[in-house]
Amino acid sequence: MAEKLRFRDPELAKSIAQQIQKLAPKDGTVKLCHVCGTHEWTITHYGLRSLLPKNVEVIAGPGCPVCIVPAAEIDEAVQLAQKGAVVTCFGDALRVPGSEMSLLEAKAAGADVRVVYGVSDAVGMARREQDKEFVFFAMGFETTAPSTAVEALGNPPENFGFLVSHRLIPPAMELLLGVGDLNISGFIAPGHVSAIIGMKPYELFPRVYRMPTVVAGFEPIDVLMAVYMILKQLSEGAARLENEYSRVVKWEGNTRALEVMNKAFAVTGGNWRGIGRLPGSALKLREELAAFDAREKYDVHVAQGKDILLGCECHLVIIGKIKPNECPMFMKACTPTKPVGACMVSSEGTCSVWARSAAT
Amino acid sequence: MCLAIPARVVRVDGSKAQVDFGEGVLREVNVTLVEAKVGDYVLVHAGYAIQTVDEKEALETLSLWNEILAAGKQ
Ligand code: SF4
Repeated sequence: MAEKLRFRDPELAKSIAQQIQKLAPKDGTVKLCHVCGTHEWTITHYGLRSLLPKNVEVIAGPGCPVCIVPAAEIDEAVQLAQKGAVVTCFGDALRVPGSEMSLLEAKAAGADVRVVYGVSDAVGMARREQDKEFVFFAMGFETTAPSTAVEALGNPPENFGFLVSHRLIPPAMELLLGVGDLNISGFIAPGHVSAIIGMKPYELFPRVYRMPTVVAGFEPIDVLMAVYMILKQLSEGAARLENEYSRVVKWEGNTRALEVMNKAFAVTGGNWRGIGRLPGSALKLREELAAFDAREKYDVHVAQGKDILLGCECHLVIIGKIKPNECPMFMKACTPTKPVGACMVSSEGTCSVWARSAAT
Repeated sequence: MCLAIPARVVRVDGSKAQVDFGEGVLREVNVTLVEAKVGDYVLVHAGYAIQTVDEKEALETLSLWNEILAAGKQ
């Protein structure tokens, strides 16, 4: 398939890197920001930063949907498990610290916590084991939310509830532009979130903030191309919204997915670990589906949790203000086998991506 | 976690499809969110196909890249 043909071609990568060198500004630094754990993985794994001129930096924003779920919501999942419900979740969610404990620790203490590949598996379990109550801990950005929506609208069994912790990416990108000394010059927008939401939600970045924004795929060549396209815009003094990932991302996004999401969820404000409350950045089940809202159904509401443990700099890593190796605990007190903060726990967390790449 | 992996659709049966991730093993995914025909490539995330891969666009992207490659050689 075409996808495989040249998307990792080293010769092509070198050639794009040369063009990037030519376009890089003569003085000053250009800082580009992506907001996707998978982009960080591609960049780190393929050593793309080493191909860029010294004054072209790519930083990682809040792109790990597991890392940014606040401790209060992990606490809710832990409480549900302790109350006797079977809590199902993605593997990455297991070890994310809550205020007192993670789901893994709750499991070790006897709670029934199960890892699933997707929400359908959780619903299937609930149908098979009708004597138990099941909860699906629904994390993820716009890439994941449609699958939760389909299951929520598809007559889930009565013994099923959703603990919805979905978050939306564009409000987080907007927040980054307000962070004083971050000084971002362009956005590499996340391809798989964009496969669902399309291009339109990013229009405000070039229009209101004069921020070049390029939606990019996840092969090394995709990311290099996005850097090239942004630098080209900057060299022209332009700010446009462009689509590098047109093989997957349509202008209008996936309209079917957007429709089901809209049917199942209302947009609301939400807390982000390390960031705080962002208006219009979270999803909750609509009134009509309240019977399946685990918070209502089992009366579990945690307003405040302990998000950042002493010494952990996740709150700075999440917004791209520092690199993982600038945290004093990185690879000392905090490693992938003994993680301290959420950014090291989840495989998409920036600290974890850096740690695993250093190890190979 | 937003990683989605391309797979080729081998059989469609209502809201479910059998897809091949290139390992030769067929896996079942939910295709309610896309319009997928046998032979299409779909991006699969957490058991759901979230978009079809547009082969024509993929080839156009590749030819754009080739232009850059050619420009770099000049
Ligand atoms: S290295 Fe560990 S302690 Fe430091 S910011 Fe990352 S997750 Fe937190």
